[in-house]
Amino acid sequence: MSGNAATHSAPLAPAVATPRRRNYARRYWMFVVPAGVVVISVILFPWLFTLFMSTHEWKIGGGHHFVGLDNYRKLFTDERFLWSMVRTLYFTALAVIGPMVLGVAAALVFNRNFPLRGLARTIFILPMMATPVAVALVWTMMFHPQLGVLNWLLSQFGIPPSMWVYDAKTVIPTLVMVEIWHWTPLVMLITLGGLASLPQDPYEAAKIDGASPLQSFWHITLPLLAPFLVVALIIRTIDALKAFDTIYVITQGGPGTSSETINIFLYLQGFAYYNMGYASAVVVVFFTMIVGLASLLLWTRKRVKA
Amino acid sequence: MSEITRRTALRGAAGLLAVPALVERANAQSAFDWKRFKGERVEVSLVANPRSTLLFQYHKEFEELTGIRVGAEQIPEQQHRQKFAIEFASGRPSFDVINISLHVNKLQVGRAKWCTDLRPLIADASMTAPDLDMADFGPAAVTYATQADGRLDTLPLDVDHFILYVNKDLVAAKNVAVPQTFDELYTAAKALTDPSKQQYGFVGRGLRNANMTLWSSFLLGTQQRDMIDANRKLITDTPDAVWATQQYARLMRECAPPGANSFNWNECQTTFMQGRAAFWIDGVGYAAPLEDPKRSRVAGKLGYAVVPAGPAHRHSAFFCTGLGISEASQRRGPAWFYIQWVLNKQNQLRMLATGAGAPTRLSAYANEEGLKGSTFPREYFTTLAESIRIARPGLPEIGPVTEFRDTIGSALVNVLGGADATAELKKATDAFRPVLEASEKGA
Repeated sequence: MSGNAATHSAPLAPAVATPRRRNYARRYWMFVVPAGVVVISVILFPWLFTLFMSTHEWKIGGGHHFVGLDNYRKLFTDERFLWSMVRTLYFTALAVIGPMVLGVAAALVFNRNFPLRGLARTIFILPMMATPVAVALVWTMMFHPQLGVLNWLLSQFGIPPSMWVYDAKTVIPTLVMVEIWHWTPLVMLITLGGLASLPQDPYEAAKIDGASPLQSFWHITLPLLAPFLVVALIIRTIDALKAFDTIYVITQGGPGTSSETINIFLYLQGFAYYNMGYASAVVVVFFTMIVGLASLLLWTRKRVKA
Repeated sequence: MSEITRRTALRGAAGLLAVPALVERANAQSAFDWKRFKGERVEVSLVANPRSTLLFQYHKEFEELTGIRVGAEQIPEQQHRQKFAIEFASGRPSFDVINISLHVNKLQVGRAKWCTDLRPLIADASMTAPDLDMADFGPAAVTYATQADGRLDTLPLDVDHFILYVNKDLVAAKNVAVPQTFDELYTAAKALTDPSKQQYGFVGRGLRNANMTLWSSFLLGTQQRDMIDANRKLITDTPDAVWATQQYARLMRECAPPGANSFNWNECQTTFMQGRAAFWIDGVGYAAPLEDPKRSRVAGKLGYAVVPAGPAHRHSAFFCTGLGISEASQRRGPAWFYIQWVLNKQNQLRMLATGAGAPTRLSAYANEEGLKGSTFPREYFTTLAESIRIARPGLPEIGPVTEFRDTIGSALVNVLGGADATAELKKATDAFRPVLEASEKGA
């Protein structure tokens, strides 16, 4: 084990540009070309072009002219954009915490042996397989205040009807509810994979030492699961930040602008108002935000692994 | 005199053989022939609505008449607007004929010169059927379709007039008369609202952007009527605009179902079809699904009336769509033939008789014989005729219409939520004013 670790942690020899290496690079550089072309054409060029557009007043069907950093300046004084940012963070926080907590709980349940466990697992992961737009359409019908099944169900228990996505106060928690229903199975699957790989020895030792199940979970399961949970956290965070289809289909950012996240704002600027320059500036800011957050999570993951 | 050689004789004979073809071609250039583009194909992009569905039913008729094959698509309105703008901007749109909402995209299409000017085609006798009869089109619709520089880059297909739908059963149960003013509408709707029975006096669009089409009905009743003044300045925060907002808000808040602030036409239609609302103000094109007994509980119990009057005027807001040919199209001939067929008298009559919409040809309304077979009540046609008489555009003719609808529409949603109408309109108008000014400068 230690030998293995030593092998992995051995530092790589520094890439000294010896004549032999130079010759090697000269002879085989053409093999890198196809990958290089793909990277330049589908990643680098679109990015540079987006940056270029973000410095222009650019309208579909109209002309374009250079405006420097005006689009960025406008962005940070645009109340509608700033609110969309706040809503995005609020939505993301809820749409990450909810599936994480429920997904881990579900994984702990499904990790135990009980009759029809396989069938129950399959049923549990079904929402994840559904197309987001189809899911959103079904939920839209269920949320209808007068004709939807949800208010009918509430009435059966004597609970007053809710306005669900039709009220500014309840719209984001309701959208998060759809996200939780849709994506908890993903967290459950990742966690379940992690649980299956955990060694049994620490649990046996803890049992001998008289640890309660809660203590075992808190002091053994959770620390050992941490790398898996961080992976689930990264995936969920990026997914929640990017959420568009569900929100667009169910509310289109409404009522008013109360569920208008950055993605909806960006879409409207680009494809409803045709302000491609301004929309590009939003893309740059949003991308920077996602990269920053993902880097933070990756850094956390490294710390957890260490 | 030169000698006639065998080669000369053969050339002469070949020339004589070619004469019929040349004559036919010359005739084709001077006389209209529906079969002129036989064997060609035309690509058409339409908005998904009952009018397009009707055209799809009869495409075979066009193919038999012209020998031109039709490749057509129907796309929901909002997505269609985005798709065609992107395709036009790419320089190589996939369609030859495009269906455009003039109340939203007219200036955009006109400024970018995305569509061909149809006037030379109309003037060309070899390209235009003698029975196109431009004089038969409503002058208001043709003026609405004409760009500021005189180019006619679309021909008007249909006009969506806002009317008042009435649930006769609910109204009769409480012996309420059909309202003639907005005040009467509020009083009647209030009397018919009973949330314990899930019965509401009114339903209408509340969703941001979509709500502007309903709000305009109230504004059209004021002295001001319009959303921009003669100098093309925004006037959506005036006392008249505030009055329209307050009227709209009290009706929606007190008489419409909870959640109506997020209702678009489809939620309104569902509510009305279920018999849960007494009045609904919306486009005339919804009559067909409402009168369909398989889908609607109010079929056969429907009343039609003109939109009520405001304190100064009585108008029916109208919204118009048109058909144009892509400037980049390589098949302008077949595309023009398709447009002529769509707009022929028979198709326009079909649109009216089936309740799919209000055609732009005047002859359709005058065709008593043709309308006799319609399943729609007489009241529907008289309401429509009266609405046409008092029609006025429901949205201003500006470039950034969608942004305008979103900005003012958001303010309306806030007012429905209880915010102050004056403050919200002022804030929204101030926010949109620079956008409009920038757009006008770029015009």
